[in-house]
Amino acid sequence: MSPVTVEAGSPRHRALRAAALAGAGLVAVGLPFNSNPVVNGELTLVLVYAVAALGLNLLVGYCGQISLGHGAFFAIGAYTAAVLIAKAHVPYLLTVPAAALVTFVLGFAFGVPALRLRGLYLALVTLALSVATPPLIKRFEGLTGGVQGMAVPQPAVPGWLPLDPDQYLYLLVLGVAAALFLLAANLTRGGLGRALVSIRDDERAATTMGVDRAGVKTRVFACSAAYAGAAGALFTFALGFVAPESFTPLLSFSFLAAIVIGGLGTVAGALLGALFIEFVPQYAGSVNQALTGMLYGATLIAVMYLLPGGAAGLLGRVRRRLVEVAEAPPPGGRPTGETAIEAGTVSPSQGGGLPAV
Amino acid sequence: MGRFLQVVVDGIADGSIYGALALALVLIFRSTGIVNFAQGEMAMFSTFIAWGLHDSGRPLWLALLGAFVLSFLGGMAVERVIIRPVEGGRPLTVVIVTLGLFIVVNAAAGWIWGFTNRGFPRIFPSGTVGLGGVAPSIESLGIIAVLLGVVGLLWLLFQRTKLGLAMRAAAQNPGSSRLVGIRVGRLLMLGWGLAALLGALAGVLVAPRLFLDVNLMGGVLIYAFAGAALGGFDSPLGAVVGSWIIGVTETLAGTYVSAIGADLKVLVPLAIIFVVLLVRPSGLFGVPEVTRA
Amino acid sequence: MVGGRTATARGSVPLLLVVLALLVAGCGRDEGGDQAGATDPGITATSVKLGSSYPFSGPASAYGTIAKGANAYFKFTNDKGGVNGRKIEFTTYDDGYEPQRALTNAKKLVEQDKVFALFNTLGTANNIAIWDYANQQKVPQLYVATGASDWGRDVAKHPYTIGWQPNYVTEAKVYAEYLKQSKPNARVAVLYQNDAYGKDLLGGFKAGIAGSGVRIADEQSYEVTDPSVASQVKKLASSGADVFLDISTPKFAAQAIATVAQTRWKPLHVLNNVAASKAQVLKPVGLGNAQGILSTAYFKNPEDPKWASDAAMTEYKTNLAKYEPGADANDPYNAYGWAVANTMVEALEQMKEPTRASLMEAVRNLDVEIPLLLPGIKVQTGGTGDGYPIEAMQIQRFQGENFELVGSVIQAGAQ
Repeated sequence: MSPVTVEAGSPRHRALRAAALAGAGLVAVGLPFNSNPVVNGELTLVLVYAVAALGLNLLVGYCGQISLGHGAFFAIGAYTAAVLIAKAHVPYLLTVPAAALVTFVLGFAFGVPALRLRGLYLALVTLALSVATPPLIKRFEGLTGGVQGMAVPQPAVPGWLPLDPDQYLYLLVLGVAAALFLLAANLTRGGLGRALVSIRDDERAATTMGVDRAGVKTRVFACSAAYAGAAGALFTFALGFVAPESFTPLLSFSFLAAIVIGGLGTVAGALLGALFIEFVPQYAGSVNQALTGMLYGATLIAVMYLLPGGAAGLLGRVRRRLVEVAEAPPPGGRPTGETAIEAGTVSPSQGGGLPAV
Repeated sequence: MGRFLQVVVDGIADGSIYGALALALVLIFRSTGIVNFAQGEMAMFSTFIAWGLHDSGRPLWLALLGAFVLSFLGGMAVERVIIRPVEGGRPLTVVIVTLGLFIVVNAAAGWIWGFTNRGFPRIFPSGTVGLGGVAPSIESLGIIAVLLGVVGLLWLLFQRTKLGLAMRAAAQNPGSSRLVGIRVGRLLMLGWGLAALLGALAGVLVAPRLFLDVNLMGGVLIYAFAGAALGGFDSPLGAVVGSWIIGVTETLAGTYVSAIGADLKVLVPLAIIFVVLLVRPSGLFGVPEVTRA
Repeated sequence: MVGGRTATARGSVPLLLVVLALLVAGCGRDEGGDQAGATDPGITATSVKLGSSYPFSGPASAYGTIAKGANAYFKFTNDKGGVNGRKIEFTTYDDGYEPQRALTNAKKLVEQDKVFALFNTLGTANNIAIWDYANQQKVPQLYVATGASDWGRDVAKHPYTIGWQPNYVTEAKVYAEYLKQSKPNARVAVLYQNDAYGKDLLGGFKAGIAGSGVRIADEQSYEVTDPSVASQVKKLASSGADVFLDISTPKFAAQAIATVAQTRWKPLHVLNNVAASKAQVLKPVGLGNAQGILSTAYFKNPEDPKWASDAAMTEYKTNLAKYEPGADANDPYNAYGWAVANTMVEALEQMKEPTRASLMEAVRNLDVEIPLLLPGIKVQTGGTGDGYPIEAMQIQRFQGENFELVGSVIQAGAQ
């Protein structure tokens, strides 16, 4: 069965896209009504991790920088929301932008010096962040509740909504997450996104063309930190409890693993990766409780072999069997768009016919 | 003053622990260009092998030898089987694979040998040596000697042998190396084998003092990274000296700066690497990266 | 991957596929309301379901073996005909010591596996994450595996939650009492793990010595992720204290003892119960360095030859080998699991009706002797005013090759 070809930007393309989005949205909203509270709780956590992964994806997938420390921003966001809700009685939804703001500022402050480092060294200093987080949380115990953690009242269902608490929580988080996903999509499509892609593909050329490399990178780091912080606030809603044990360096690794497994540089990848890190450890445990750790690690490695493009890459290939989106060829007749990029004949940043080395 | 010197000496002793693992990290990086997040766990696993061999009756020297040989072979096998498929690809993929390896090796050690704590036989005699006002233990001096010996051997290997030259070439530019006939695959395996061997050495050096359980190297890893980063990831001497600096500053801060205290002393090495890497990204002893315009 | 117009189309279809898959897999919502029933879920005439969440992976995996001890006891009971004719089904999940996973597991056990009660869930933070949920659902959260003193402190707000082991405050008070009597002007240097357990014990000790001549000379903490506690111990050595209170777990306790041996400091070494293990701590450091170390005990030590022909100990060791081959009988965690499972079975036995409320009543009014506990130590709860089942311990001192029990059982209420 050969794929249906659709021209990019055509009304048919737009209609298909809208239908796909609407379908996804409908299913996402309908899910809680068909699932028990346990699954809803887990899906809520999946959404939370997806938001954090999305932020990390901005940094890693679009900007080519690596961070092993986003768990720290997640933790800061979670505790910010917890303190605001439990001690200052701030309305729930306000704590999300508050957490995002705090982590944006901290991410910016950290990013200004840190992003002068490259690759491995940036990974190391961000790892330092995630290692430093639990002790710092415990040190400021007056604020954070220290080692005992802090219980936080969860968002209550408004009287006029006929929903169960787990459904309400899921839909609330879904709403915020959807808004954040849309925001990310917009960011990557707009000027910042183009600047990011140009930096990732060819920094020198980008600088020559006037892109403020350092400024862009720092802003992206700050944005990705803000996403992690917002996700942390949502985590506090979902769990109703914050404690240092929830925010170990393993969490930062999990976010990184999530985006690589889900598919770097894709929005869907964040969601797929979040599904992986939430459910696979449990399945590993149900196969053989004694071998939980080994099975999980082995699965991580296996996925890296089998799906180098991540799960989103796999699903994208499936999709391309169904629907092919072709760019309308420019007057010169040279193929562009997805098929050409796939064939490796055209590199995204270079308009000409030089092979990408 | 005597107390201060003693603290410094203790810091160097602690730093030697980090340095031992840092050497393995640097070796792998220098010979394969990869950062192996699982290096610590592999070292722990090797130490358990040595423990198992000794516990079942073999004399210590034989157990150590057996562990070294098995680790060398094991390291080569890991490269060939687990790392090779993703070696040419995106660096991030390799990072995730080594993280996966971390989880697997840690869980495997627990599954095979259990999670309980146990001792490890001393390699150096116990007791201290009086040097001026301080009293470093014989064990610490022994570890320092071994580390410096390894640094010397590695220097000889990389700077004075064709093999070492080939290894460096294979790490920096596999494509061109193949073109001149270098068996890149074999050298990568060798690099991993040697690094695993160094890891085993690190493990058996520190286990008598830290005691052996599956979390032996978990905490050491970040300090080893810090030491290697401070000293320069491509310099074995740098790894050791960097680790000493980390050990000393961390111990000094924990002891004398009460605002930091023992719980936050981990922040000190982290802050140090941050500052050093900003000023001199290739580390104290590393060779600055030169990119051709 | 290029951003741009195609990204959203690419993004949303995989999204759709994934979400559809979830929908299909979704277990369907069980809209059954609560039956104010004669029986609660998880219990029938012939079976009763218990569930727990343990760290089988991750940083605390050493504690995972407790499940084996408990499992062995339940199987042993089942083979004798069960408890009141009911066989026990014990379901466990791994939480990796993470509170969010512990909560997910608790919900799974309650909503999907429909257990009658949660039993021996492990970890202070984990149990705090669970207890609001359990109490809202009115599911018993019994004999939680943590020594934190939280569980008995607000029985009114969390009536369905109860601890078991002598909590850290009780233990600390035992040490405080001992010092007040034998070294009334002691200066104490403290090493403690910087988490809920360590701080709880330290807090209990400070409360216990308040108003007496015993003083704290210095306190040093360590993180579970620290490679070594040597530098903290050396700092404590320079404090001039004559007592060393060591609140640490086995690996760090071994390091601490070894470090003390290297210095000229010769304090009275008080080692907390969690680390009082010959195999894991004292033998590795050399029994010569362990002489005179003081600790507490509340159950019979499997490593102690004194109990070798004790009936309870033999029963434990034989059945552990039978039902969980490969489990190390000398590992105190296995003995712990056995003893706490024993308590659970006693409570089930005394439960009058097959309801959770009735189970809670039995739990809150229990007065039994558990064979593996030391003679003189009972599991006692006197109604809802007493939230602490075991509040007694006995001092033990390491002499020669083993710990010797000293004096008599000390009752030390946690309040």
